[in-house]
Amino acid sequence: MTAVTADRAGGGRSARGLVEMVFRARELSLVAAIAILVLVTAAVNPNFLSGQGVKDIFLNTSILALLAVGQSLVVITRNIDLSVGSVVGLVAFSTGKFLAADPEGRGVVLALVLGVAIGAVCGLLNGLLVSFCRVPALVVTLGTLYVIQGLDHYIAHGRQINAVDLPPAVLQLGNDGVFGVPFLPIITVAVMLATGYYLRSYPSGRDFYAIGSSPEAARLAGVPVRRRVLAAYLFSGALAGLAGVLWLARFGTVVADSARGWELLVVSAVVVGGVAIVGGVGTVYGAVLGALLLTTIGSALVVLKVNSFWQQALTGALLLLAITVDRVLAVRVTRLLRRRSVRHGA
Amino acid sequence: MPSARKGRVKVKDPGEAGAPQGPASGAAPPVLALRRVSKSFGAVRALREVSLELFAGEAHALAGENGAGKSTLVKTLSGVHRPDEGEILLDGAPVEFGGPAAAQDAGVAVIYQEPTLFPDLSVAENIFMGRQPRARFGRIDRRAMRSEAVELFRRLGVALDPGRPARGLSIADQQLVEIAKALSREARVLVMDEPTAALSGNEVARLFNVVKALRRQGCAVLFISHRLDEIFELCQRVTTLRDGSWVASEPISGLTPGDLVRRMVGRDLDTLYPKQETVPGEVALTVSRLTREGVFTDVSFEVRKGEIVALAGLVGAGRSEVARAIFGIDRWDAGSVEVGGRRLPAGSPAAAMASGLALVPEDRRQQGLVMDLSIERNIGLTGLRSVRRGPVISRAAERDRARDWAARLQLKFTRLGDAVNVLSGGNQQKVVLAKWLATDPAVLIVDEPTRGIDIGTKAEVHRLLSELAGRGIAVLMISSDLPEVLGMADRVLVMHEGRLTAEIPRERATEESVMSAATGRDPGAAA
Repeated sequence: MTAVTADRAGGGRSARGLVEMVFRARELSLVAAIAILVLVTAAVNPNFLSGQGVKDIFLNTSILALLAVGQSLVVITRNIDLSVGSVVGLVAFSTGKFLAADPEGRGVVLALVLGVAIGAVCGLLNGLLVSFCRVPALVVTLGTLYVIQGLDHYIAHGRQINAVDLPPAVLQLGNDGVFGVPFLPIITVAVMLATGYYLRSYPSGRDFYAIGSSPEAARLAGVPVRRRVLAAYLFSGALAGLAGVLWLARFGTVVADSARGWELLVVSAVVVGGVAIVGGVGTVYGAVLGALLLTTIGSALVVLKVNSFWQQALTGALLLLAITVDRVLAVRVTRLLRRRSVRHGA
Repeated sequence: MPSARKGRVKVKDPGEAGAPQGPASGAAPPVLALRRVSKSFGAVRALREVSLELFAGEAHALAGENGAGKSTLVKTLSGVHRPDEGEILLDGAPVEFGGPAAAQDAGVAVIYQEPTLFPDLSVAENIFMGRQPRARFGRIDRRAMRSEAVELFRRLGVALDPGRPARGLSIADQQLVEIAKALSREARVLVMDEPTAALSGNEVARLFNVVKALRRQGCAVLFISHRLDEIFELCQRVTTLRDGSWVASEPISGLTPGDLVRRMVGRDLDTLYPKQETVPGEVALTVSRLTREGVFTDVSFEVRKGEIVALAGLVGAGRSEVARAIFGIDRWDAGSVEVGGRRLPAGSPAAAMASGLALVPEDRRQQGLVMDLSIERNIGLTGLRSVRRGPVISRAAERDRARDWAARLQLKFTRLGDAVNVLSGGNQQKVVLAKWLATDPAVLIVDEPTRGIDIGTKAEVHRLLSELAGRGIAVLMISSDLPEVLGMADRVLVMHEGRLTAEIPRERATEESVMSAATGRDPGAAA
């Protein structure tokens, strides 16, 4: 009996090591992929690693990564938010219009508050429809994607916002920084760290994983499923709002269809980053690394003078690879864990 | 441990709470009681005016056949279902459980037959979900969580690693996680819904020690098991249900196993199971040394034309898995299956169907029927080719076929165009049977053919199976319903933990011989 028990504990420990290894391997392999990509590109064209080149990559990643953090939370609960691209467009244009109306009196803080509020309202709408009306997330957010896009076009009415009409402080937010580090990546990293810490270390953060892992078990364990799903959408919407303001600050000149089609890029970043599309697994760090990888590929292809349509093909291929690897690994790990249990079962 | 969530237990006016006193107690009211509780699902009355009292420090058995309403009662106690009528009393005061969380906060913990865990999260997280030990600033104290989990497993006398994910745990280990969860909540009422069904002898003994210790600490335990000897070993009182109604609540000391069976069954066994005498013909299905790693091992048997062979065993013994493998839904790793002398390829339901196999699955709602489709469409599903006119499916031919089968099985329905989810459980089962009988099978495998259907329809299903055997079809019947097995089968095969442990001919098949083989206590029972 004792021998069996000891043996069993041993099996459990190595099983845990196995699973942790698989997850860590995901983040490490992303870092490795980015490193190889950067080294190869820099070898062909040293300009790629110039100060401006690196800064551009980080600036370009920031907005995508911010959206990926919000999306991770939603995907971890076994849902999806396809409306984020439209929200970015709506917020970028409407805050731009708001600021341009009185460039002297209205500043950065007001813009941020307005942008996040608009995003949060969109997220609330998604969340209410998904969690309380029990409409599948794919349908709800596909609908709000088009509705918000339409609203954006109605407000824009074919016009555009020009950088000269905006308060200078807003443009500084998008392009300046402290000690040479631009504000955008600082904001994204801060949001990522705070979200990652919350998800790992707070009981309500663990609820998101519980819901995605087994909605039925979450309900039986007394997890407030609807409230958490609503919160995930609210958070994703609010971050999309923040990203919209940052978009305006970075580009200055904004038309109605900013960030159109980005929802799929965001979902790709999240999945490539190791967040399981079926929920329950993944970290925001992985999602941000996924965003960094996709952006770096885009920049590298430009530097390598490869036709830009290859970027989309590569993003797609990477997505397929990530999902296939996830699936194969999940099946393998489950089988291994089950074999261990059978062998060690009394 | 303080609960992290606000309880939603609503305590009603305790003024008229005068709870009836049970025989085991002097003055203290029962910890938890049900008073004349009824619950219906659509037209099916799952519970009718059922009463139950659980006192601190007692292990109380809940006995009844499959479909007697035990699981519904458990779900009512655990806040999953709300009673339509009647009330739940906590310490003598009426309460309403708004949901599972409220019942848990009131100290009711349930160990389900098949626990629902979070496969992606660690064992420790599974135990403490929603009530994690906290460090400063409300953070989760992972170290404390781990050491508390280790301590809980030490009290249970098992060595599970709290850090490993729940994915891949055996059912026995998953239950241990659930019990650890209940321990960590300091539950006052522990409801165990057939916890021993998938456990081995050692694990059962360990579980009983835990239950006895909990009882000494003043916990009330509601214990559900099909193994009568376990009820007699562990429990002080027993409440019996039959067809959703309360039969008796009494001390166990004055009862014999025979008394209890009579209360559960409450009818003469022989009249219900009209097995016609048939002379078995040639071999229709041969299964030899069939193995699926980690699921079942070395299973060999044959079924002859005109025979009804029962496959008995406890839940989790691997019976349904064998059936799924024979039919090609799951692959097998070794062995062979022959139908009418021809070998079937592994993992091909299409080949199995073409050879004349039909499988009526265990879970008709999930696997047997498309619930939103009409009766005729469901019956038509297996024979889309036979109702075709050229490349197009003929609605008229489909309807004729459905009408024909509905009449032969005495299906009760309003219109053939109605969706099957409006039918009663028994009639749904007839639709599944019709769907497969329409393929004109040589071998029919039925998995739990009468689970959850009323007595009247049950008898019709039995009559039907018997007729089919009489017409020369080989029938393999998986059933957990012991009277059904004993009444219907020409031969009884028994499985235990993935192996065939006995083959018992009709004359020698008794409740004792089948159960002892099913629980693995007497391997010598093999004929």
